[in-house]
Parts: sequence; structure tokens; C-alpha cells
Amino acid sequence: MTEAFDHDIPSFPMARECPMHPPAEYRKLRGQEPVSRVRMPDGQVAWLVLKHDLARKLLADPRVSADRLHPAFPGRLTAEQRAATERVRRLTTRRSMIHLDGDEHGAHRRILTGEFSLRRIAALRPRVQEIVDRSIDEMLAAPQPADLVEHVSQAVPSLVICELLGVPHEQRRDFHEWAGMLVSRSVSIRERAAASDALNDFLEDLVTEKERGEPTDDLIGRLIARNRQTPVMTHDEIVGTAVMLLVAGHQTTANMISLGVVALLENPEHKARIAADPSLLPPAIEEMLRYFSVVENAPARIATEDIAIGGVTIRKNEGIVVSGLAADWDDEVFEHPDRLDFERGARHHVAFGYGVHQCLGQNLARVELEIVFETLLRRVPGLSLAVPAEELPYKDDAGIYGIYRVPVNC
Amino acid sequence: MHITADRGRCVGAAQCVLVAPAVFDQDEEGLVAPVTVDPAGADRPAVRQAVHLCPSSAIRIDEE
Repeated sequence: MTEAFDHDIPSFPMARECPMHPPAEYRKLRGQEPVSRVRMPDGQVAWLVLKHDLARKLLADPRVSADRLHPAFPGRLTAEQRAATERVRRLTTRRSMIHLDGDEHGAHRRILTGEFSLRRIAALRPRVQEIVDRSIDEMLAAPQPADLVEHVSQAVPSLVICELLGVPHEQRRDFHEWAGMLVSRSVSIRERAAASDALNDFLEDLVTEKERGEPTDDLIGRLIARNRQTPVMTHDEIVGTAVMLLVAGHQTTANMISLGVVALLENPEHKARIAADPSLLPPAIEEMLRYFSVVENAPARIATEDIAIGGVTIRKNEGIVVSGLAADWDDEVFEHPDRLDFERGARHHVAFGYGVHQCLGQNLARVELEIVFETLLRRVPGLSLAVPAEELPYKDDAGIYGIYRVPVNC
Repeated sequence: MHITADRGRCVGAAQCVLVAPAVFDQDEEGLVAPVTVDPAGADRPAVRQAVHLCPSSAIRIDEE
């Protein structure tokens, strides 16, 4: 790529002016160059896609690759940060379907799709409800103000993943603690590396044990059984799949719970309507997913051929960041995107991505969000923020947007 | 209206079942299994929405 106008290339990620809105720069760039060059933290130049139709088009294009180990794959770390967090990355970049393309990706995804069918997810509802109820019990019993993030946002998805993977009950507390340390701001890099090693060893042992013994009736157990009949994955890839399910399903859902609760509390009229009629909740959740689109730059790709799109040509081997948040605030598709309108019908958002990599766990996430919001509105009608929403510690520095702590009075 | 659902392209996101449950279902493997390939008039707008939402272009309307 020609870099004659280096100084003109804006840096990515861009700063937000308001914690609930995308960077204002997106709007400006979208109008000028909907596919813009940006400089990533490691100095590499990549393409940022800001329009909804172009985002969908690129994510569905067979000429892009999801190979996260490609040297030009856009990442949000500087070279220094990358070196310092190498051990954590060794865990989070273990090979799984999110790295794969074409037929190989298809085979890896298809051996799992049955686990996430709507029927299978519906069957998990009673267990999710129990987990949510217990988490809310703990929040109610905690000294006030209690941290919603600790008691509910983090706990619920972590326990749901334990349920899916078949983590034995006595080991769930350890699992939850390590998973939390991977993204905690208050632990040192050394502690974080130790937690990621512990998690890696733990999942390695979990899979090995399930491979040795009688097949267990959980996702990993069934995956192992199917894989024996029709081999698709190596042992390492099964462990990588367990890691991927944790990475993809934990912080994403956790942050949506925190942001969604704040959105409900800040919109008391809507909150009252939903509390009176929970059938309004699913469309409201689609709007929250659109509005926050928390997985901002994970849908990154590499062009495997030259691609002409949005007035530019992305050259082979160049990196692409498809911002779901920018796409979901495209005012040609969502009128007044800054309005949180629970009734707008926002289902065509790309918060879960698009194309063959679209989130496999999306319908589990929907169920978790629905049960958490419905149960909180029903059981804790007096729930309120203990600090003004604009003073909450938002995750400006994280790959997945959210809030570190949400003190609430129950 | 006549539709074709391509199981080979399906990635199991279930968008079609969510918006048009009278027309689409999933099989044991979580892949698209149409309940009917000739949707009734009342279901047609939902089928069009399903086609738009499908992330892997696995559903096609052959005849309006």
C-alpha cells in the first residue's frame, strides 16, 4: 500500500466523546470514505469498514480470510503489549473455527451447530434461570451498594459456559476466577499470564479426561463422540474449541448485561413497559445489541485477493477491520442511530457479525440476556445505580466494550 | 412463492427460524430444514426478512 500521506491516516481505535456512543469520527469518515485507511496500534495500516451494507458484503465475501496468525491481521495491541501478553495470547489464539476459512471452517462449524440449535438452547433455559436466580440472590445478600458486574454480569455467562462445557461443580469457582483475571484491570500481567496458563492446563485436562473416559452428556463430551465417528478435529483443536467458547461467550455476554441494565435503568418509561409486558424484551434486546455492538473490532480479516469495494481497492494480504459498531450506527440503515429505540426492529444489526463466521452462540446470548433482564425487573424492581451513569468506569481500553464496575442499590 | 434452502451453505445461525418459524426449522445438526417450500401468503414478508438476515445466503426465493 502506498503510504505517501502517512500523517493523514487516523489511528485506530478512536476515542469516544460519550461513553454510550461510538467515536464521532466514525460518522465523519463514513460520509467521506466508508472504507478508510487507519493505523493500528502496532503501526500497520489496515482498512476500516464503516457502512452497514459494505460490512455485510465484506464479511460474506469468500475473498477474505479469518487467519488470525497472518502477519498483517489487524490487532489492537502494540508490538510491546503483544510481547508482554504473549502467554495470554498463547491461550486465546489456540486454533479453532474462528481462525479457519472455506471448507475446513465449514467442517469445524458443522460439528458444533447442533449444540446451538434453538431447541437445544431452549432446553438450557431452566438451568440458565437457576444460575441467574442464584446470582441475584448473592447480589441481594451483598453489602449495598453491590457490584452488578461481579455478582451478575460476570457470574452468569461464566456459569453457563461451565454448564455447556461440563466443568465439574467443585472446579467452577477456580474456572470463574481465572476467566475473570484474563480481563481484570487490577491484576498484574504476571498474574494474568498465570491465570491463562492455569485455564489452559485446566481445559487441556478436562478434554483429556473426557477423551479417556465414558462419553459425558455435555457439549465437549458429545463433540468428542461425534469426532470419533467422523474425525474433523485434533485433540488440540478440541481444546482450542473449549477456549474459543469461553473467550467468545464470556466477556461479550457479561458486558452486554452491564450495558443493558444501565440502558434500562436510564430509560425508566421503557423499563416500566417491559416490566409490565416481558414480550417486549426480545425486540428491546436486539436494539441493545445494535446500540452497543460490543465486539467492536474482532471481525477483522485479511484480503486473499484484490477486492474493489466502497470506491477503494483492498489489495491482497491487506488487513481489514469491520466495525460492527460503526455499521450499526449507519444512519442510512438505522434512522437516528443515537436514539435507543426499543421498538425500532433492529434485528438486521451486525453485532454478531455476518457471513459464515456469524456468532454461533448468538441465540444462547439472547436467552441469557432475556432471562437476566426479565428476572432483574421482576425480582429487584427497585434496582438503581449508586453513581450517575456517566461516571461509571467504561472499558475504553478493552477489545470488547463494557463497564468494569456497576455499583447498584437493590 | 417457492423457496430453496441450501443445507450445504447453512451455518446454523437460526435467523430464519426466529423470524419465520412457520416456514423454517432446524434438523438435528442445527441446519436449515424448511417446513414448507411453498410458503403461504401471510408468511411471505417474514421469508423475505429471513433471506435478508441469513448470514450465509443459504435461502433463495425462486418464484415470488
